[in-house]
Parts: sequence; C-alpha cells; structure tokens
Amino acid sequence: MKHKNNQNNETTQNIVKNSTNNLLQQNALYTIIAIFFGFVVGGIFLWSAGFSPFEAYMKLFSSVFSRPKYLIWSVIYATPLIFTGLSVAFSYKMGVFNIGAEGQFVVGSLAALCVGILVDLPPLLHVTLCILAAFAAGMIWSFLVAVLRVRFGINEVLSFIMFNWIAFYLSNYIVNTESIHKAGGGEASKDIRESARILLPQSVQNILKNDKANYGIFLAIIAAVAIWFILTKTTLGYRVLAVGLNPHAARYGGINSNRTMYIAMSLSGALAALGGAVQLMGNSMRISQFAGQEGYGFQGITVALIASSHPIGCIFAGLFYGAMKYGGSKLNLIDAPTEVIDIIMGTIVLFIAISHVFRYLITKRLQKKEGK
Amino acid sequence: MEKTSHIDPNVVAVQMTDIVKKFGNFVANDHISLTVHKGEVHAILGENGAGKSTLMNILYGLYKPTSGSISIFGSPVHIESPRQAIELGIGMVHQHFMLVEPFTVTENIILGMEPTNGITVDIKKARRQVLELSERYGMHVDPDAKIEDISVGMQQRVEILKVLYRGANILILDEPTSSLTPQEIEELIDIIHNLTADGKTVLLITHKLKEIKAAADKCTIIRQGKYIDTVDVQAVSEHELASMMVGRDVQFKVDKKPIEPGEVIIDVQDLHARDYRGVEVLKGLNLKVRRGEIVGLAGVDGNGQTELVEILTGLRKGESGKVIIEGKDLLNADAHKLFDNGVSSIPADRQKHGLVLDYSVAYNLVLQNYERPPFSKHGILKKDAIFQHAAELVDKFDIRGADGGIKEAGKLSGGNQQKIIIAREVTNDKDLLIAVNPTRGLDVGAIEFVHRYIVEQRNKNKAVLLVSFELDEIMSLSDRIEVIHNGRIVGSVTGEQADEKVLGLMMAGGGNHETQE
Repeated sequence: MKHKNNQNNETTQNIVKNSTNNLLQQNALYTIIAIFFGFVVGGIFLWSAGFSPFEAYMKLFSSVFSRPKYLIWSVIYATPLIFTGLSVAFSYKMGVFNIGAEGQFVVGSLAALCVGILVDLPPLLHVTLCILAAFAAGMIWSFLVAVLRVRFGINEVLSFIMFNWIAFYLSNYIVNTESIHKAGGGEASKDIRESARILLPQSVQNILKNDKANYGIFLAIIAAVAIWFILTKTTLGYRVLAVGLNPHAARYGGINSNRTMYIAMSLSGALAALGGAVQLMGNSMRISQFAGQEGYGFQGITVALIASSHPIGCIFAGLFYGAMKYGGSKLNLIDAPTEVIDIIMGTIVLFIAISHVFRYLITKRLQKKEGK
Repeated sequence: MEKTSHIDPNVVAVQMTDIVKKFGNFVANDHISLTVHKGEVHAILGENGAGKSTLMNILYGLYKPTSGSISIFGSPVHIESPRQAIELGIGMVHQHFMLVEPFTVTENIILGMEPTNGITVDIKKARRQVLELSERYGMHVDPDAKIEDISVGMQQRVEILKVLYRGANILILDEPTSSLTPQEIEELIDIIHNLTADGKTVLLITHKLKEIKAAADKCTIIRQGKYIDTVDVQAVSEHELASMMVGRDVQFKVDKKPIEPGEVIIDVQDLHARDYRGVEVLKGLNLKVRRGEIVGLAGVDGNGQTELVEILTGLRKGESGKVIIEGKDLLNADAHKLFDNGVSSIPADRQKHGLVLDYSVAYNLVLQNYERPPFSKHGILKKDAIFQHAAELVDKFDIRGADGGIKEAGKLSGGNQQKIIIAREVTNDKDLLIAVNPTRGLDVGAIEFVHRYIVEQRNKNKAVLLVSFELDEIMSLSDRIEVIHNGRIVGSVTGEQADEKVLGLMMAGGGNHETQE
C-alpha cells in the first residue's frame, strides 16, 4: 500500500516537472518576461528624466482602458500593425526577412488612394476594387524584389530597403499630381470618396462613441486566420515551411524553391499593402506628403517578433503595440515624453532577441537544483 | 595489422564504478563499471542509444551521474564540468567537429588558451608547438592551412591536437571513424597507436567491429544501458562482439536469391561535369544499371561520385552527355522530374538533404508526395491520410521514438532518421534506387536493416545503384562492382569475383578497362 502511494507521488511529481518543462520551452513565457523588462527599463528612463514611472504607466493604462472609445482607438491603431506583422511573420517562415513591409505598405495605400479618388463606383464594389488594387500593388512590389534575388542573386534586404525609398518618393510624387492633390494648397491628397471607406455604420459608431471605428480589424483577423490556414493546412504552407526550415532537403524532395519564393514573397507583400489600404480607408482617408518614413512596416517587424511569427499571435501582438502607440500618445498630457514607448518596445525586442539566454539560465538553474 | 600493446598493468588511468544515470524515468546507464589501464586502447561498444555516449559524457563532465564514483589515476574525483575534466587530463573529440572554418589549424588549436607575449598572441610559438605535437604523433598536419581547405580526416587530427595541446593524457574519441575513408581510418589507427606508445590512454566509442579488432586492446560492451562484459579483443571474433552488442545472433551475409538482370533502367553515357571551382570532375563517364541488379560504385572520395549522384538526383547540372532513364534523356532534369520518371534515392547526407529535421516524421514521409492524393486535395493537406500513412510506416519499418509520426525527425536517433528515409524511398516504389553511403554512422542492427531493404528492392526486380565508401558493404551487396577513378569508370568486376586487393588497386587508378584517351 505504502509502495503504491510512493509510486503515485512519483507520477504526480513527474507530471508537475513535465508541465514546468513545457512551460519553460514556450516562447510566450519569454515574451512576457521581455515585456516586463521593457516596462522596467522604460520606467528607469522615466524616473531618471524626472517623471514618476508609476504615474506615467497609470496614465498609459487609463488612456487605453478607461473608456470604450479609447479601446476602439487602440484597435484602430493596431489594425495596420497586425497586417504588417503578418507580412513579416509569413515571409520569415520561409527564411526571408521582409524589411520591405514599409514600402509595400506605402504602395498599398497609394494604390487604394488612386482607385478611391479616381474611380466612381457603388460602395461595396468600390471598396473591393480598392483592396484588390492594394493587394496587387503590394504583390508586385515584393515580387520584383523576389526576382532580383532569384534571378540575380541580390540579397533581398538591400533591395527591400531601396524599394522602401522608391515607394516613399513615388508616394510623394503621386500625392502632388494634379488629379490627386487636394485643391487649394495643403500638403496632402484629396480624401477618398465616401464609397471607398470602410467605416462602421453611423449607428454603431454612435454606440462606440468613435467616428473612426471601421471594419479593418475584421479584415485583419480574417487575414491572420487565412495565413494560419495556409501555413498549417495547405500544400503551399508545406512548401513554404520546408524551404524555410531546410532549403536543401526541399530541393532534394523536388520542391521548386524559386517558385515557392515568388509566391510567398508576393503574398507577404500583399499583406503589408492591405495594411496600408485599411489604414487609408478606415482611418486617414488621405495621404499626406511624407517628411520621413511612417514606420508601420518596421513596427510590423516588432509585432512579428513578439508573436514569434505565429499568425494568430500577430493579432495579439498587434493589439498590444497598437494600445502602446495610442496610450503613449496621451503621455504628453502629463508632460511625459511619448518616446518612452519606443524605448519600451525597443527593450522588448532586445530581450526577445536574447531570450535563449534566459531559457538557458533558467533551465540550467533548475537542472542544478534537480542535481542536488 | 601489426599491433603491440603499450598497457601498463600497474596503473589504472580510469576507474568508473557502478555508474547510474537516469533521465527522468529513463535509465541510460544502469550500474556500469569500467577499468582502463594506462596506455590501453579501450573500446566502448554498443548500439545507438545503448548509453555509451552518456557514460563518456559523464567522464567528460557534461553529465552528472545519478550515483556511482570515478577515480582518475587512483584519486577519487567529482567531475562537474568539461573544464574540470580537462584539468584532470581528460580530453574528448566529438563526432561532430567544433572548428572555426575560416581560421587556420594553429589558430583553432590554441583557441581559448593562446600563448601571449605581452598583449599579443605569440603565433610563432603556437605554430612551433603545434608542429612539434603533430610530428610527435605522426599526424602531418599543416599548421597554416585553413580548416575549410583540409579534408575531414585532417580536421579530425586538428581536433585530436586541440585535446593534446590542452594536456590530455586520457583521450575519448566519439565515433571517430564515422566520416572517414578507409585510408583515413588506417592512418587514424596508426595515430592512436602512436598515442598509446607515448603513454596516453585512449577510450574509443564505436559500433564498428572491424576497427575495434584493429585498434583496441580491451572492449566493454553495453546494451540498453546495462553492462554486458569486458573482453580481451584478441580473444573474440567480430561475430561474437556483434552478438554481444545486439543481444542476438547477427547475420552479416545478406541472402540474395539469384536473378537474371533484366532491361537497362538507367544508362549514363559520356557524362561530363565540372565542380563549383570549374574543375572537370566527370570526364566521360559511362554506367548502366539493369532491373534486378545492385551495381556498386566503389572509389576513393573525390573522384567524381558525389557529382555523379548529384546529377542523377537533380541537385547539379552536367555539362554534356546523356542520362537515359527508361528511354528518356533526363540530363539536367530537376529533382521533381527525375522522381516522376522513376528515380528514388537515399542521400549521402541525411540531415542536409534527406530530412527537414524540424518537420514531423509524418511530414518527412510525404516529402515528394504531399501534393498527390490521398495526402492532399485541391491544395489542402489531408492530415488524417498523412498521419495514417506515417503510423503504418513507423510500424512496418520499426522507426523508434517517432510517437506514431508526430515527433520531429530531428529528435530521433541517427539510425531511426535513416529508417525514415528508407521507409519513404522504398515505399515510393520507383524503378531505380540510388543509395549513397546508406549505412554511414549506423550500428550493426540498423545496417542489417538497411541492407535487407536494399536487397529486397533488387529482389522486387528494381535497379539499385549503391555508392559507398565502405568497401565491405559494396562487396557484400553488389551483383556488379564498377570502380570510379578520376571521373571515369576504370574497371568492373562481378560480385563473386570481388576482392579487396583488386578493388583497392583499381580505386587507385589501375583499372581493367581500356583507357579511352
């Protein structure tokens, strides 16, 4: 009887041990640790600049959660980031670092802008056409980079960065052409037609007390689920992951890695471009002349990193970043610098990048304990 | 092979007593004891996963034993880390080398303990020390060569020098011959004897019986974590060693029923190709394989067999010539097309080409077939079918540790990884099977398994091209042996006529074919 008890004890202990071990292998745990350290480091900077970290973080928190209207704003801020995050995450699965999401985002919103201003169509059709235009623009933008890589062996990171700047100046050029530019000065385009907007109906906006509440988040969630589905359930996903995990074995197994590269990079570009379209059609309605890069694409890299490149994770990571951006913009109400958000996000990225060090230290410590 | 023993029976270099090591519920070492005298070459023999590496990792301080004690040269020690092992004069050469490729031999050897004069590294002194060590043990290593430019055999000597440079008296060599050519193996055995002549003690982890016979004085056999026996190598036969290791009688010879070879399946004609440096490596190679025969391609590494296989599996382009497979010229077709036209293969490097290690076993089993029914339909993967297929093959081919196919391929042992590939390629049921070093790094049990399936393909009236550096393997399996030298087939013999000496001469270039110049 006693013996049996012991055995039971041993099994329970093993189960506990196994589940702790599993937990320690989870990326989510290290993401949470990284976020914690991000806030600690941000707090140190606030404190050394003479602000109370506690007060600032309370403000940050209340700016996001105190009213439904604010929460909706956070979601609106998050929507384009979910798209660019997905774009980066998807290409990363194939071993490509899409630092060009920024440019793809710009050409996407630019394509949607042109269709949104120059074409006159009934609402639903108009929206569809804008989105298709953005999708196509992003695909082509990224496909060109893929061609440079596959055909000429040019490292995609270089081409992506240059294509970002081409998109940047292309946008500034088009915004200033006569048919697009707003009549009577200003540094922005006309607003897109009402029929090209994706705002929620007036009645819903009234309930939410937010006149920019839009359908974008639903599109983002659909996109995330679609990418998850492609990666895990389709032959395309099989190819993309195989090329990303072991290009040699993929080639040996008869997978055409060039074709896979073309398809996957185009799709990745399209995702970032959709982010641009949704941002335009749901929130900004126009494009201003850029003075500097807006950063949605680069922020997408952070989102993908926080999400460990998991498509569904990108939704939550995007919401987190969106809330930080929106809440952070309110920090100047208490005179605290908004830039602290960049410090926090930067620190999080840094700690996620070195998370394997934590993993090593924690597992090692546990092993030592076990040994004793 | 001449062998003189350098054992000093009065000095016990390593004494491991009653070592137990548990990983969770799994007992990797179950009360194993080991006594090694100074100057002895002591082999640790066991199948993959038997626990021999665990035991040596305990000695090298990588693992802590659950219980048991260790003494080195008579004094009891607790080895907590490799650093401490090194201080005690224990050095380990791992199976996979840990060298910095763009660095020179000298730089690699001194890495971490560079001799300095003031604040700069005294590279001249280091070079002199390396040269001296190398010559003392007959290693002939060029201290100025870069690692990326020297052969695998030389790289291994650099690893051994690294250990000696750190003052090791007891050397642990983990599967040292798994990636060496027959010549390199012989040279390594000479080096081992030079080491023991100088008073060093060598522990050899291996599952290759022939090398134990050639190199070792004593052999300790471990099976499933348990100590089986320690034997005097001279007193036992290879066959006895194998049976002790596996725990049952082992069949070395494969049963082959006589078959009359049928039509030609692959006909390589006047094939020319260059390697990445632009050097011509295939210079008009001709080769035919017919239904119902195993053709063994023997040759010293670097004579064009790698390039030939790469062309035949769609990984490399040839320059001119023909590769006719069942009537179609498929020179420079890609892997997909070759597969569709009847070529399956067991690649030389299973981890690089054969498997996507992070994919599940099930996914790896459909690497060429995921786009075909029943594994997918309209671009959607049918996971039920994929996993059912996996469950069947895991069962049929006895792939261990696969968890019904869910486990990632990279988490399986080398032998079981190879079984995944064999299962996949044999199930593909193509007319031609190209097997390249199919048993590299495998233990006796797994080798037997692989050989059985290769012969079964032939018996099913398929064509088999076997490329291997293991001459024994070629001789025991092939119906016909073709010898490749300098990019051409220089000789051929039938399986029955095969003789190691004759083949060796041909491999060195003295073939029985007319030269075609």
